[in-house]
Amino acid sequence: MRWGLVNAVMLIGLVAFPFWALAADEPFMITLATRAVILALAAVGLNIALGWGGLVSLGHAAFFGIGGYAMGILASHAQGYTPLMEWPFLIEGTKSMPVIWLVAVLASALAALGIGMLSLRTTGVYFIMITLAFGQMLYYFAISWTAYGGEDGVSIYVRNGFPGLNTLVPVEFYGLCLGVLLGVLALNAAVIHSPFGLALNAARQSPDRVRTVGLDPRRLQLAAFVLSGAITGLAGALFADLNRFVSPSMLSWQMSGEIMIFVILGGTARLFGPVVGAVVFVALEHSLGGLSEYWHVFLGALLLLIVLFARGGLIGLVAGRGGGS
Amino acid sequence: MTLDETSPMPLALLAEQVLNGLQFGVMLFLMAAGLTLIFGVMGLINLAHGSLYMIGAFAAASVAGATGSFLLALVAAMTAAAVAGALVELVVIRRLYARDHLDQVLATFALILIFSEGTRWVFGSFPLYLDIPDMLSGPVTLPGGIEYPRYRLALIGIGLTVALGLGLLITRTRLGIRIRAGENDREMIAALGVDISRLYTIVFALGAALAGLAGALVGAIQSVQVGMGEPVLILAFVVIVIGGIGSIKGALVGAILVGLTDTLGGIFLPSLFRLFLDPSSAANAGASLASMAIYILMAAVLIWRPTGLFGARG
Amino acid sequence: MTVLAAHGLVKSFGALRASDGVSLDLRAGEIHAVIGPNGAGKSTLIAQLCGSLIPDSGTVEAFGADVTALSVPARARLGLARTFQISALAMEDTVLANALLGALGARGSAWRFFRPVMRDKALRETAEDALERVGLADAATTRTADLSHGQRRQLEVAIALTMAPKAFVMDEPMAGLGAEGSKTLTAFLDGLRAEAPILLVEHDMDAVFALADRISVLVAGRIIATGTTAEIRANTDVRRAYLGEDA
Repeated sequence: MRWGLVNAVMLIGLVAFPFWALAADEPFMITLATRAVILALAAVGLNIALGWGGLVSLGHAAFFGIGGYAMGILASHAQGYTPLMEWPFLIEGTKSMPVIWLVAVLASALAALGIGMLSLRTTGVYFIMITLAFGQMLYYFAISWTAYGGEDGVSIYVRNGFPGLNTLVPVEFYGLCLGVLLGVLALNAAVIHSPFGLALNAARQSPDRVRTVGLDPRRLQLAAFVLSGAITGLAGALFADLNRFVSPSMLSWQMSGEIMIFVILGGTARLFGPVVGAVVFVALEHSLGGLSEYWHVFLGALLLLIVLFARGGLIGLVAGRGGGS
Repeated sequence: MTLDETSPMPLALLAEQVLNGLQFGVMLFLMAAGLTLIFGVMGLINLAHGSLYMIGAFAAASVAGATGSFLLALVAAMTAAAVAGALVELVVIRRLYARDHLDQVLATFALILIFSEGTRWVFGSFPLYLDIPDMLSGPVTLPGGIEYPRYRLALIGIGLTVALGLGLLITRTRLGIRIRAGENDREMIAALGVDISRLYTIVFALGAALAGLAGALVGAIQSVQVGMGEPVLILAFVVIVIGGIGSIKGALVGAILVGLTDTLGGIFLPSLFRLFLDPSSAANAGASLASMAIYILMAAVLIWRPTGLFGARG
Repeated sequence: MTVLAAHGLVKSFGALRASDGVSLDLRAGEIHAVIGPNGAGKSTLIAQLCGSLIPDSGTVEAFGADVTALSVPARARLGLARTFQISALAMEDTVLANALLGALGARGSAWRFFRPVMRDKALRETAEDALERVGLADAATTRTADLSHGQRRQLEVAIALTMAPKAFVMDEPMAGLGAEGSKTLTAFLDGLRAEAPILLVEHDMDAVFALADRISVLVAGRIIATGTTAEIRANTDVRRAYLGEDA
């Protein structure tokens, strides 16, 4: 029951926030909230693999970055009026968000399929190390990819467009990102209650049982990994659009760690857990970051305390343990 | 590896690159050996191992700056890293042995944040420099007339000596017997009256000292700065995945494979691409592929042997 | 008619031969019990029959086909249902969710992403029927981790039932059940053999002798005798090697 309350409070808060920010004349807050919403989306993606699939991926920045580069590459070609390629067929850049999102989702899903197929040959600590390593591989690839700025990344002049909206207005872009987040959360809720979700849940807890009833736990987990990567990739495209910039730092291992922190801070395998985590993280970053340049020390200490003493995450502290269904 | 007469790469360059790869490999081994021991004995994945590498480098740079002695700097690096390792084990890590890997990842990630920002707080954001000692500076002429930096050759020597020493420690000493017993059966050695928590602290401190040594040794050829440990840590993970978790021999073979692949890939892939691309695209494509070479090696090992070259099956 | 059979299975772990040429068969309509002291290789045998271990040599035949190379899920889809000695259940989920998993497996696919599984009537009926039959209907919404040991054994059997299998392989279903529970389960299995034959690995000798049509005795990786309960009782090798120690 209290879970429902926590979710409802989060939902109302996210919808009401821009009205408060506009009334209080704090437009920067809307950009900050947009950042939180997009990072939440990235974490919602990871939560599917980590929370429900039990796959401790420390390489999700790979998908975040692929989404970001999908935006950067398509938009930079569109603004420079140069085609991506002319042979064997012509592909032009685009400034249209729906097209960019589609490319980001497909590209990151494809990458997740490849990385997942290799990483899922192993389990446990190997899986963690391998996902981390593949993330690092793409990071170094992006650095050496001079066609798209290498270490400096790619900037675009103007935010990409969405039919019917003026994305240059912060509150409209916030609304768009929030809409995407809520849409993905609805999808997430449907998936975890579906037959697939039931089987995935069981595959995490008892792969032997799943095999014994005739299902392949690895294929279930691979599907979850791909879905997870695709969502984080979509978040990456939005994040790059928010900053009008993409660079290898979106692919760094620190990014993977941060996305994981959002999930844990909020509480794993909770629908709104990643949202709570990302919002709290951005709030901490803003407030502590204002107090001390070295606020990561305090973030580290907080994270350590949560891991050692509050295993349900913040949402678990507020809403109590267990009984999530 | 076909280098014909017209190739622009003389044999001396090849030899130099092989030595560079070997040097890189043995330094990776110092990191990977500690990680793989800690995982093998305690079942713990330690992301903060890179921080211990960094602590070693900073301790060495500070002590070398104050005393001018490289040897003292190395001692300081190992001591500082070992003390930091033992402290971390006593305060945080031992609460994590019974936890799942996710908790271990998060807690040790939190430790990275604390160590990195803490170091930045104390030392600032500018890199420190650690000078190569006079005794080891300058080139040395190897058989065949190949000139090679004396210091890098010393690193290879130190790395291989440590590898040998570690091998002897594991196979020939009482501590080694206990470590191996700890890898096989924790309850059993506790039942035999070995103080298991002390053993864990010792193993952790030993791994930390090796990481600190590597940090100090490498710190003299690169700069000493915050964040220097994590890229090496991730490469050490690649080494462990290739070599197999818990195996010192696997760590050595994996580390040298990774070192050679990385160094030779950076040289050969651009030349290889030059055969069918124009020079600038060849350089680009070659560099991109070279940056991924070790991960491709890892993927190949995964397909062939998912538990690594020397890993236990299943 | 033979439903499930092992032909000369050999499986070694280092120097230990856990299966040393094991052959046995399970025929339609029967309960075939496998008994033997601890460490005789019963678990290794089950693992090879169900596909979680691949024999070094020998073959496994199920429903008239050679399945030696098939995976666990593939054998399950052919109609082989297994219960575990140490419960393998989704402990954080409800009892009903565990039963639904079996029903999903029987359907052969979990690739449905949007429709809530609870609203799938056919699936729910299968799952609830199975829970009803083993006497767990009242516990459907209980978290599996909160079940008693005996109830977990019942749930193991219920999941196997949801699969409507052509053969059961049960690994010590009576273990830890207590006298009353064993009696109930014995009566239930007695009726179940009409639906599909059961290969029953069991330590509870009362249950074995009450239920089994045939018994095979496994000692040190070898089957030293196979026969009816009367034949096994009378077999001197068995008395010496096995019953003698246990009597």
